Amino acid sequence: MTAAAVLAQAVLLGGLAPVLPGVVTRTKSWWAGRRGAPVLQPAYDLVKLMRKRAVYSATTTALFRVAPWTVLGATVVASLVVPLAGPALVSFPGDVVFFAYAWGLARAAMMLGALDTGSPFEGMAASREATFSTLLEPALFLLAGGVGLVGDVDTLGAMVQVRGHDATGWLVWALSVVTLTVLVQVEAARLPVDDPTTHLELTMVHEGMILDHSGPDLAALQYAAGLKLATGLALLAALFVPVGLPPWAAGLATAAGCLALAVGLGTVESLTARLRMRAVPAYVLVALFAAGAAVLASAWHGNGGAL
Amino acid sequence: MSVRVVPAAPTFSGVDASGVDAWRADLVARLGRGHRVVTLFGRPADVGTVRITAVFEEPGGALAVARVDLDPARGYHQLTGAFPALHVFERELHEQLGVAFRGHPWLKPLRFEHGGAPDAYPFYRVDGGQSHEVQVGPIHAGVIEPGAFRFAVEGEDVHHLEIHLGYQHRGVEALLLRRDPRALAPLVETVAGDTSVAHTWAYAAAIEALAGAAAGVETGAAAGVETGAAAHDTARALLLELERVAMHLAGLSGLAQDLGFAQGASTYGRLRTTAINATMRLCGSRFGRGGVRPGGSGVTLDPERRAALRDTLALLSRDATEIDARFLGSSTVLHRLQGTGRVPAAMARDLGLVGLAARASGLAIDRRAHDPRFAGLPVVTRPGGDCLARAEQRVHELHASLRFLGGLLANEPEAGVSRGTIGPLAPDTLAVSVVEGWRGEVVHALETDREGRLIHYKVQDPSLRNWMGLAQAVRGEEISDFPICNKSFDLSYCGSDL
Repeated sequence: MTAAAVLAQAVLLGGLAPVLPGVVTRTKSWWAGRRGAPVLQPAYDLVKLMRKRAVYSATTTALFRVAPWTVLGATVVASLVVPLAGPALVSFPGDVVFFAYAWGLARAAMMLGALDTGSPFEGMAASREATFSTLLEPALFLLAGGVGLVGDVDTLGAMVQVRGHDATGWLVWALSVVTLTVLVQVEAARLPVDDPTTHLELTMVHEGMILDHSGPDLAALQYAAGLKLATGLALLAALFVPVGLPPWAAGLATAAGCLALAVGLGTVESLTARLRMRAVPAYVLVALFAAGAAVLASAWHGNGGAL
Repeated sequence: MSVRVVPAAPTFSGVDASGVDAWRADLVARLGRGHRVVTLFGRPADVGTVRITAVFEEPGGALAVARVDLDPARGYHQLTGAFPALHVFERELHEQLGVAFRGHPWLKPLRFEHGGAPDAYPFYRVDGGQSHEVQVGPIHAGVIEPGAFRFAVEGEDVHHLEIHLGYQHRGVEALLLRRDPRALAPLVETVAGDTSVAHTWAYAAAIEALAGAAAGVETGAAAGVETGAAAHDTARALLLELERVAMHLAGLSGLAQDLGFAQGASTYGRLRTTAINATMRLCGSRFGRGGVRPGGSGVTLDPERRAALRDTLALLSRDATEIDARFLGSSTVLHRLQGTGRVPAAMARDLGLVGLAARASGLAIDRRAHDPRFAGLPVVTRPGGDCLARAEQRVHELHASLRFLGGLLANEPEAGVSRGTIGPLAPDTLAVSVVEGWRGEVVHALETDREGRLIHYKVQDPSLRNWMGLAQAVRGEEISDFPICNKSFDLSYCGSDL
């Protein structure tokens, strides 16, 4: 790992984090026939929040204050195993488990912080988050198993480079795209699962859990949300980047892919309404079934056409 | 639109006997014959008595009035149990005048207008298992009015919703008695700012009837008289239907916003601006203020304005048709709206829902149907009673109003600003006027004393009756669907709170 690689990772992922939500918003504005806020608006908002003071309710404890920074820390750590330009900064066998539970730690911290407020809105939001992630976590592991089997690899960095050499390989690749798309939509709290622009407390998931945070704490949570979106989209984009490019080209291709996917995400958000809350688990099951199918396909493939 | 003028003395037709028992029996008999209660209110009469006024809509659309004096301490045996539609009226009579109701199931104050602490009110509660309570408001996210919603929830499902209003109570009815009754229009326009035209028309029609000012009006000296056409009708109808068009566009925009359907939110919102700007060209205010005055008019309609209005109507019709198709053609939108927040026709009738919400549940309640000035405007109803029906209802009414406005303009109407001259008001007379605003029927009742002074002013916004429809609609629904149910009814807090 060179200093250049660290710098590239920091600039790409760290820089995309506040930009991608702005790109999605801008795309939605375009579809709605409006000019929209500047692409860098989320970044301006972060600067504004950092200059403010946090306000704490008397019912909250230290948990509430620690939560945002735990969320940010865990999200940053998770992003280290994601390959952007060539190999990832950190890579070891089974690092996908590390990745899943770093995100899991962030989620747990955010839910505990939400419950700490005692607000029914935050409680309902945390309950919904728990329900959705219970279904989503197995999908990620099943997908890692399926891709790992078919490509005979055991690191996240290698998994995103697995391409099809035959029909089964391409099937697994296509199922990876489906699974990761739903995963990004749920994890990054985007439509049709969640609506980041809503002001309706009763319908919130991610927004509900950060209702009581303010100032730098809110900035940490917003930045972590952007970084999670960037990380998810980078994984998805990596599936489309040709294997074997030089690191600088791979990095540029991934970044371009992230921006294109953000436009795609905004387009989906513009043309669909949000799902009914009761229908969201069914939507998450799409990811679970796609990942399950990937495992079955690669197991079948590995056994020479027999299960 | 419809004005009923009767002598102020307590009278009710069809029954020879007098007294509260006979009045109550008459009311029950009327409801049994399919009459609909439009309003039921009271005012202090002689010492120790309260004069109650009930206004009915007969099956043919005619308005009838039945009045009685009663002793508030004695009151009468409640009718809410048998006719839930009366619950707001009996609660209001109890709160405002201390009328006792024997056996009443729920005499909760409507507005807490005599002070007290709305926040200390004991809400209904649920206990056990996954049940919990969620309080939303009275201060809400976004720039909207205050109102409290207490949900009793099982997991994600709403078991019961109790709506708690009164935070906007300004004492409107008392304020209306403080000034010259002929100069109340600016105040009436602010009773519910999104229904300015309907409220002001109802006020103006009642005053004109009391003063005998409008053409063709007979003040009811002996028997009740339903008044005919008044001057300035075309200008008022134009403003009223433009208000309906604008508010339906605003409501559809809000509904699309709450569904996360961005195209609908922005396009309906943009068209709403176009509609209210058209109102501004007619009367100088985007909300129709100043357009309706007793005996007069603030509307200017000349060839240039007619041409501009025609262009606007064409634009609204074209663009709304396009976005309607995208909005109601989107499977994700339909998935959210279909079957959500259902109020079946029987429930809507029992609850006494009016206007938009009633018609979306299949009830053909529309005062415009009984008014020759709105001839050619069809009464649209939808059978579903769900959020989709209320959205489709608004779409259909919007286009029906646009066509009606086009028809009005085809007669090349002229209008100019004229100051109304209103003579002295007829003494000892009650005038009840009902105007079909965009939400439903707006009722104003004005009563004069022996010297022709205004002694009572009753205002009723359709929201007052429809809030209970919302409370029932969300039962059994997911709590996260409350915002779209709420938006589909689109009720006014201040109109209800007065």
